[in-house]
Amino acid sequence: MWRIDINTDLLISLSLIIVSGLLSFTLAKQRAVFYLRNNEPLRSMPIYHGLYVSLWSTLLPIFLIIFLLFFKDSYLNYLVIPFLSEETIDLGIDEILYVKSFLINNISSLSTLISSGFISEGDANLLVEKYQETRVISFSSLVLLSIILSFVSYKKLSVRYDARRRVERILKFIFFVFSTIAVLTTVGIIFSLIFETLRFFSQVGFFDFVFGTHWSPQTAIREDQVGSSGSFGAIPLFTGTLLITAVAMSIAAPLGLYSAIFLSQYAKPKTRDFLKPILEILAGIPTVVYGFFAALTVGPFVRSCGEYIGLTVATESALAAGLVMGVMIIPYVSSLSDDVMTAVPLSLRDGSLALGATKAETVKKVIIPAALPGIVSALLLAISRAIGETMIVVMAAGLAANLTANPLSAVTTVTVQIVTLLVGDQEFDSAKTLAAFALGLMLFVITLALNVFAMIIVRRYRERYE
Amino acid sequence: MSKNLSIRHRAEKRFIAYGFISLILAATMLATIIGSMIYRSIPAYTNYSIDLEINMTEISAEDEFEDINFRGIIRSSLFSFFPEVESRSDKRKLFKLISSSASYTLRDFIIENPSYINKKFYFNVLFTDDSDIFYKGYVDTSLSESERRLDDQEVAWLNELKNTGRVKNKISKNLFLNGDSREPEVAGFWGATIGSLITISVTLLLSFPIGVLTAIYLENFAVKNRITDFIEVNINNLAAVPSIIFGLLGLAVFINFFGMPRSIPLVGGLVLSLMTLPTIIIATRSSLQSVPPSIREAALAMGASEMQVVFQHLLPSALPGIFTGTIIGLARAFGESAPLLLIGMVAFIVDIPSTFTDPATALPVQIYIWADSPERAFVAKTSAATLILIGLLILINLAAVLLRKRYEVKW
Repeated sequence: MWRIDINTDLLISLSLIIVSGLLSFTLAKQRAVFYLRNNEPLRSMPIYHGLYVSLWSTLLPIFLIIFLLFFKDSYLNYLVIPFLSEETIDLGIDEILYVKSFLINNISSLSTLISSGFISEGDANLLVEKYQETRVISFSSLVLLSIILSFVSYKKLSVRYDARRRVERILKFIFFVFSTIAVLTTVGIIFSLIFETLRFFSQVGFFDFVFGTHWSPQTAIREDQVGSSGSFGAIPLFTGTLLITAVAMSIAAPLGLYSAIFLSQYAKPKTRDFLKPILEILAGIPTVVYGFFAALTVGPFVRSCGEYIGLTVATESALAAGLVMGVMIIPYVSSLSDDVMTAVPLSLRDGSLALGATKAETVKKVIIPAALPGIVSALLLAISRAIGETMIVVMAAGLAANLTANPLSAVTTVTVQIVTLLVGDQEFDSAKTLAAFALGLMLFVITLALNVFAMIIVRRYRERYE
Repeated sequence: MSKNLSIRHRAEKRFIAYGFISLILAATMLATIIGSMIYRSIPAYTNYSIDLEINMTEISAEDEFEDINFRGIIRSSLFSFFPEVESRSDKRKLFKLISSSASYTLRDFIIENPSYINKKFYFNVLFTDDSDIFYKGYVDTSLSESERRLDDQEVAWLNELKNTGRVKNKISKNLFLNGDSREPEVAGFWGATIGSLITISVTLLLSFPIGVLTAIYLENFAVKNRITDFIEVNINNLAAVPSIIFGLLGLAVFINFFGMPRSIPLVGGLVLSLMTLPTIIIATRSSLQSVPPSIREAALAMGASEMQVVFQHLLPSALPGIFTGTIIGLARAFGESAPLLLIGMVAFIVDIPSTFTDPATALPVQIYIWADSPERAFVAKTSAATLILIGLLILINLAAVLLRKRYEVKW
């Protein structure tokens, strides 16, 4: 009796719709088979008759179910809020969420809510009744819709009906809808970032954020305390990110390039088969493992090395995080530049060798200049990956925002701050939370620009040899 | 002339050496990472425990389980080794040497085997992480008391316990079969592994069909126009967006806008499938392109429709490549943790999840959580979990390689 269980209701109607789709599929197909047996000139194969009817009967209802699934929360709001006592509503949004969580997760029933005094027994009865009403209307109407649609489409079928073309048209449309999901993702990213960022800039000035040199997002508990607003100058974060990226690239660029040259120009096939998987495994190791390694082994190692030669090194130094990140990025540099170097026309290489140049001279004077745009774009992509890399810096770089260019000191990065601002409980109105989205937008724009730039360079390069 | 040549040849040799050295350096780094993980994980696989004599003769079968003082039973059994310990604080210190989980495991054991009530029997009880580490020889007793976790008295007790011959070093089942816990000796990564598997299956169910169908549409049906061009550029760019941005998207859209709960594998899977989608689309497109046009033309000439060509000819030949791409994309998603942190899958979760909407964490996130824990024993646990994660990923990738070798069609 005390049950409001939207998930189960949706699941039941979904399975009913699928049953209706399967039934109409077999019915229509059997009728087409029957036509065939009577030697009537069937235009489309029986399976298309079946598909036609079942697609009509299931598509729209399933779409509606997905729609309902996304909006069941607001539906519950609409159901529940009128029945809550005024005190409960005054208590604020948390209690309403609490009440709703009972209904959504249908942990047991409304009886718990009644016993804890959130809702009176009579109201609970009314609530369930109201739900029952809308349930009958919404869920059974979904099933009814499916049956009506299958009936209508079944009526349209005949011997000469071109079911195949219709089915293919519907399928093509479904595929198109799927292909827009990738676009919707981008749109979602851009809109959610921009929306939250605008809210952030309504609380913190744009120039304070972009050009500010002081970052301490911890807002004070009491409003009248000093520095209660926190300060959101993003410059130290970006210099920190750049510092770590620079360390990483100074490792990854030479090692990656030389590895690529060795693998593509010198290594015998057997050596190549043996050495290439090493780079592939390096690329496959999860970043959290690199982070753990950096924090546990490299950080203390760099520190004790520094102490040995008389330097003070922070345990969470930019150097340690950058070194490990550099190792992580080696495979990106090497595999991309390997590709572009093998793509250099053989005639160039052979010509240079025929003129008496050694292999090394050929690589340095012919292949690399010819492949330079590709190599540059590989390096740009590697930089963009280093900037967006999160776990290594979260685990091995510091939290304190220092404005420094010394790789031995601790710095923090954009991604570290996004994670620290957003992990744990948070309210969605505070500048602290919104700042993470502003940082995210900056990160997105920078990496996007780097990728687009890399792509443009590669395109120019292609035009030269085709 | 010959002098010049020898200089050039030396430069050549140097150049080769640079290339070789950089590869060797990369290999050394890989070996160091794996080696240090193996070395550090060694203490995690076993756990010291002690057989305590449990005396349940004073308890009758009629007692409710809730009323039995399991803690007290264990305490008295432990204290029987040290009749000289009298003071309360000393007793508390002594009891702290064994795991606080002991009374719960005893309770669970009795609930399962009620026949042991009224009997005297030996029961295996875990030590805490600190005692465990001491037995494994990682506590330097030459340091001054304040610099180590165990003081002299505790060390003496532990040595005395060891002399009784009841102390054993057993394979730690907890590590492989348990969920997370605050006590290192109880914590395991099974819960996180299951959470990862549930998350990944959501990712697979969503991103595989959507990705493959998108690729088919773009490759075979899409008319070349501005919209499809835009979609293409978009997908390529999406593949290079940092993963943490997907976490921000999941937080803003799924959790904030649609009001989905935090910490559940469903949302994690949704976010990861958005991240994996471009990889699958790109892999599918390139393996569709590698099917020679003659196949397509022959099928069309025999009167097949475009749709039939795709589903009866192109797709079956491209399937090995598609599977390989999907597996590689999923392997990346399996090792991903940054977006999961943002949607709250970083919570402390003891229970092993079983559905899409149970709060859960993922294996890489579990590594992150443990790496953050101050207890020393968690270093070993984290390393062990790391090895399992790398092992699983190597297996997954091996499957992809084998699949490609076995089924790849060479045209």
